[in-house]
Parts: sequence; structure tokens; C-alpha cells
Amino acid sequence: MAELRINWDKVAKAREASSAIADDVVDRLSRFTTVTVERSIARLYGIDGVDAYDVPLSNVVVDHLQEKGVLGEGIAYWLAQGVLSTGLSPQALAEGVARGEIELQRFEKADPYLCSLWAKEQAEKALGRIRANRKFREKKIRQFGERPSPLLYAIVATGNIYEDMVQAKAAARQGADVIAVIRTTGQSLLDYVPYGATTEGFGGTMATQENFRLMRAALDEAGDELGRYVRLCNYCSGLCMPEIAVMGAFERLDVMLNDALYGILFRDINMQRTLIDQSFSRMVNGAAGIIINTGEDNYLTTSDAWEEAHTVLASQFINEQFALRAGMAEEQMGLGHAFEMTPGMKNSFVFELAQAQMARQIFPDAPLKYMPPTKHMTGNIFRGHIQDALFNMVTVLTNQRFLLLGMMTEAIHTPHISDRALAIENAQYMKRALADFASEIEFREGGIMEQRADDVLTQALSLLESIRADSLFHAIEMGRFAGIKRRREGGKGLDGVTAKGEHYDNPFVGLFLSEQKEGMAV
Amino acid sequence: MRSCMNQRGNQDDAMAGDRLRPYGDTMNDGRVQVSFTLPIPDGDRAVEAAKEIVLSMGLTNPVVAWHESLDKDFTFFVAYGSHEKGIDYSKVKVQSVDVPVMSMEETDRMIRERFGRKLRVIGASTGTDAHTVGIDAIMNMKGYAGHYGLERYEMIDALNLGSQVLNEDFIREAVAFDADVLLVSQTVTQKDVHINNITQLVELLEAESLRARFLLIIGGPRVTHELAKELGCDAGFGPGKYADDVASYFVTELDKRRESNTGR
Repeated sequence: MAELRINWDKVAKAREASSAIADDVVDRLSRFTTVTVERSIARLYGIDGVDAYDVPLSNVVVDHLQEKGVLGEGIAYWLAQGVLSTGLSPQALAEGVARGEIELQRFEKADPYLCSLWAKEQAEKALGRIRANRKFREKKIRQFGERPSPLLYAIVATGNIYEDMVQAKAAARQGADVIAVIRTTGQSLLDYVPYGATTEGFGGTMATQENFRLMRAALDEAGDELGRYVRLCNYCSGLCMPEIAVMGAFERLDVMLNDALYGILFRDINMQRTLIDQSFSRMVNGAAGIIINTGEDNYLTTSDAWEEAHTVLASQFINEQFALRAGMAEEQMGLGHAFEMTPGMKNSFVFELAQAQMARQIFPDAPLKYMPPTKHMTGNIFRGHIQDALFNMVTVLTNQRFLLLGMMTEAIHTPHISDRALAIENAQYMKRALADFASEIEFREGGIMEQRADDVLTQALSLLESIRADSLFHAIEMGRFAGIKRRREGGKGLDGVTAKGEHYDNPFVGLFLSEQKEGMAV
Repeated sequence: MRSCMNQRGNQDDAMAGDRLRPYGDTMNDGRVQVSFTLPIPDGDRAVEAAKEIVLSMGLTNPVVAWHESLDKDFTFFVAYGSHEKGIDYSKVKVQSVDVPVMSMEETDRMIRERFGRKLRVIGASTGTDAHTVGIDAIMNMKGYAGHYGLERYEMIDALNLGSQVLNEDFIREAVAFDADVLLVSQTVTQKDVHINNITQLVELLEAESLRARFLLIIGGPRVTHELAKELGCDAGFGPGKYADDVASYFVTELDKRRESNTGR
């Protein structure tokens, strides 16, 4: 592989600054939990289903505790008290709360130590279910053999899960390695997860546990027929990050979008809320062997890809540190970046190649997610197909792990079945035609590519050092990423943040962290 | 178009010259390319079916240039045909924003001279729409494709609320900002969600007797001026329109309204 000469001293300094930035955030937020984290724990303890008004029972129980002002002790504590006092299961307790027959805060007779024992023991059962899914995935991949890079990542987004299944199976047969089901617009702002199979959506399909299960089964069916493991991707971003992470762990998703910064900037979700949610959701993803995808690529859809490339790199460094603190292995960090320079620019391909190669070398073990052009896709589908071909070339030459298939009809409609097929054909052609090209070339020492990579790295380092001096919160308030300013107390979901009380216990944190260590040892 | 036909067409073409037809490589050949997928297995019968689909579009001499199985029950076609019938171009009517486009400097100068104050423009991608690419292209300092956005204009106060702004919140912010112009971007159009959303916005404005207070402009990949008018907006801008198109329109229109209000 051709490699750029990179100033590793600057890389080390960037990592050091990012590490301090992440420590500061963890430090400020570790005293708090959120309604979503608690709902995830409820789900992990087996609470499922909805009440008579279609409100998920996880919401019912957590809202109930919040109303009584006792959520700070954590749902694990109250479920333990409830179970030890009544002998009912967590699900039966939740149903009782929904009917208005049970008030959980009335049970506080058991010794807190016994409660924590119960909580840990039950948590291990949930972990067993997640571990079984991970093992099943590993077995399937061993059986069929791992797919070579780049993995072709296709999107389905009909709004109807049954139609999505048809399109997803077709895409898999055409050669897609990963199927991502785009969520319906607006779901990221719902403070609950809808329930059951759904057939209505705008620009995407609801992320529900039943939809996950249906799509998983469809892809397993296609995979067995094709003799390869087809990965499934969905989104655990937005207000329900950790809850959707739990659903993904239960239904054996393989890849999940997971990025607090994205939610803060592009969905105006409160930064404290979503950074707490992100931390636990990454632990869940980590234990489940799920690869996360971060959303840095989106910065370049609003900011200029040439001028703001360093914000992408800086954010990748920060995301790496957050993932490490959630116990994740590098192999699970699908850091994002994108091919978004304007086609009108001289040498745009050369500079995109330089930046993609730089990211590849700085994060050598991370399964990078590389995004196709969207901002400069115009509706001229013929030119668009060429832009996608150039993007595919960069992806192949720099050995990115996830190639998100660009659609020539980007900016026109959600992909038609033929758009997807043509995109796959385009990518496969580049994969084949350029198979050994990267090992046949060298980059010129001190040439414009090395110069470009060094400029981006230098600017990223200086941005990271200024963030370190002020805190990440302040940097976001100042609009350092994507030119978007968000206030510390602003945005959606702050009312779901609660200080932890004296009995607060989340036994999953310890279990998930040690599970990941073991997973890495295997 | 007409003069082109007269110069290059032969006698037959001139006879047929009242009709407008697609141009392939010869005047009036009517050649059209189409591509589509049919939910049937590939094969001779599929190709025949594709030809009939092309014929039923009103195209003659159909040729299926390419057919390929996408999945066991789906086949993709690239086909050509001729639109012999053509249309009567003289009957084509279009509603478009008909204002000369000014540069940023000219717009700023006009605002300074005619209004003597900054114009306030508030924009958002409203409803559940999460896409900011359209509103950003018009409003952000940097603009798009070399056309600076409204934030760069000296005489415009631009406030971009971003995406997923509820219509109710949008109106409240517009009143608080004392906006002159409302810009609404709608990118997602699946199941006509954009039409429902804009209709709701107009109804809310009317219910609060605020509709006349603002110039209401919508934009997006599926938006036309005609659609905007139908929905009760003042103007609509589709693909290929930039901040200077939008600014030229609202400055000219606000100036016209100011004149008629003051009776000048």
C-alpha cells in the first residue's frame, strides 16, 4: 500500500488533547443519568410492550419514577426493591404500574446490598442474550468467511418494513454487504421508541424492535442463500440512543450509527443529555460486537469540504477517545468522513485521495465509514454517476472499510431499485479494475497530497488544543463544528437528565466493560 | 426554437414545425430515452413487455437497448422511442418568478436606497424535515456554487433556524424577529409531506391574521413557483436557484408593495 509521510508527533499531540477533552466531559457528566439510560436498563431487564395508549412500558415505568421524584436512585434499584418485595417479574411490575395498581417507590424494604445483588444477577442474564447474538454472528462469519474491504453499504428507505425487506434482499443479491434501514424523518426527536411492525414513514422506516427482527430474518435468509453474512445497520442516534442500542443488541444488528455530536449539531439535542446517552449506548454496542458509525461526514454537507476538513479529523480524534472510554475496541470504531469537495475545483480528486489516505493511516484499525458525494449532487444523474465513480476509486485506493454507495439520483428521490443496482455495479467495477493499483504507486514526497494531509492535521491539532483549553461544551457553543452554535442548556431533552442518588446502581456498566475486554482477548 | 427550425428544417419539417418534439440528432426525430424496472423475471417476454410499456407512453419505434435482471423478479430496462406527436409550444404557459437577478452589491444598494434599513429574513426547514442543505445553500455565509448566501449581505439580517422546526414555532420566531420575509425549505417529498406541511403553515398564518404581514417564499427540489402560488405562498424556487435569485425577488417585491401601500 502506498503511504503518505505523516508527522506522527502531531498525531500523538492530537490524541493527547482529545483524551483530555473526553476526560473533562466524562468528569462533568458522570454524576448524572438520563431517562433514556434508565429506559434502556428497563429493557435489558426484560420490560417490553406498550400500555393501552401505545406508550412503551419502559417509558411508563421511568416516567412514573420521575414523577415520584425518585428516578435518581435508578430503575435497577427500584425494580430490585419491587421484585424482592412482591416476587413479581420486572415485566409484571411494569404492567402493574401501567394499570395504576403499583407504585414502585412504595417498595423500599429490602437491603440495598441485596438489591444490588439481584440487579447484577439479572443483568448477567441479559448479557447472556447479547453474548449469544455476538457468538452467532462470529460463527456465521467464520462459516462463510469475512468479506473483503470495502464493504458495500446500501440504504433502503421505503417507509414500509415489508417493502424494505424486498429491496434489501434484492440489494444483497446484487452484492451489498451491509443494509442500512434509514429511519423516518423526525424519529430522532421522539423521546420513546415506537412499537411493532410499521408500514408508514417519511424518507425512511421507523426503527422498532419488531422491524429490526423482521429485517434481520430477511437478511439471514438472503445470506444463507448467498453463502455470506449480510450485515444490518440502523441508527442509535437521537433522543433514544441507548434504548435503540439495546434493541440492536437483542436483534443482532451489526452496525449502528452512534454520534452525540451529530445529534447536538444537526438535531438540536441537548449536549449534556446526549453525551450521557452516548456513553452508555457505546457500552451496549461494544458488548454486542456492533460497529458504530460516527457522523463527521455531515459537517461537510453544511460547511465547505476544503476549508473545514480539519473539523472532521478533530471530531474523529474526539470520537475515538469517547469510544475508548466506553470500552470499545478500535475495530468497532467506524469513524466517518466524506467525499464532498466541489467537482468544480481543480485537483479535488487528488485532495480527497490525500485526506482519505490520511484518515486510513491515522486510524489504521478503525473500520472507517466513507460517505459519497451529496452536497454537489445536482439532479444531473449522468454527472452524478461519474462523481460516485471517483468516490468509489478513492474508497478502493485507500482501503476504507465501509463504502456507502452513492446514488446517482441523490437529491431527487429515495433510491429506486435500479439506482441501487447501478451504484453497486459502479462500486464493484472500481473494486475490480483498481484491485492492485494502490500497491503499485507511491505518493511523491512533499507533493501536494502530503502537503494537504499535513495542513489538515496541523489545523485539526490547533482546533483540538483550543477545545482542550475551553472544554468541548464551550467549543460547541462557539460553533466550532459545522458552523452551528448550540447552547449548553439549550436543545431538546435536558429535562430528561437527573442527578444520581445515593443508591444509584447500573450493574450493566461493569458487565459491559469487562465483556468487551474479554471479547477483545478472543 | 422556431427560428432554429426554419433555418435547419426541410419542407416536411417546416410543415411539422408547429409541433415541438424532442431532439436526438436530427430535427423532429423525437428521440427519447427512458429507463425503468418491471417487477417480472428477465427474458424475451420481459423485453416485449418493456416495448409495450414504452409504446403506451406515447412513444413510437421502441428499442430496448439494455435489459438486466436486478433480482429474480425484477428487470431493469434502458429503452428509446420517438415522440412523434409532439406538443404545441405556443400553448405552453408557465408561472415563474419574473424579476431581473441582481448581484449582492446591487441588492444591498437597492435595500439601502429604497428601505433605508436592513431587511429581516427568517428561514427554516420546517415540519419533520431534517434536511438543511437547501436552506443552508440560500442562507449560509458561504452560499452555494459560488453564490453567496443571505448572511453575507450587508443589508440583510438573516436568521436560520435550521431543521425540524414546527410551523407554530416558526411563526412565533418570525413575529419575535419582526421578519419581513419567511423562507421555508422542504426537501422530503415522500407521500406529499411537503404539501401538507406548507398548507398547514399557510392556514396557521391566516388563522392568526399574519399572512399579509410577511412575504412567504418556499424552496426545495420539488418546488415550483406555480405550486407555491397554489399553496398560497408568494413565490417558489426550485433546483438551480440561489440566494441572489431569492434576494432579487423579495427586494423587488417588497419595494413594489411598499410603493402601493404609500400610494406613490
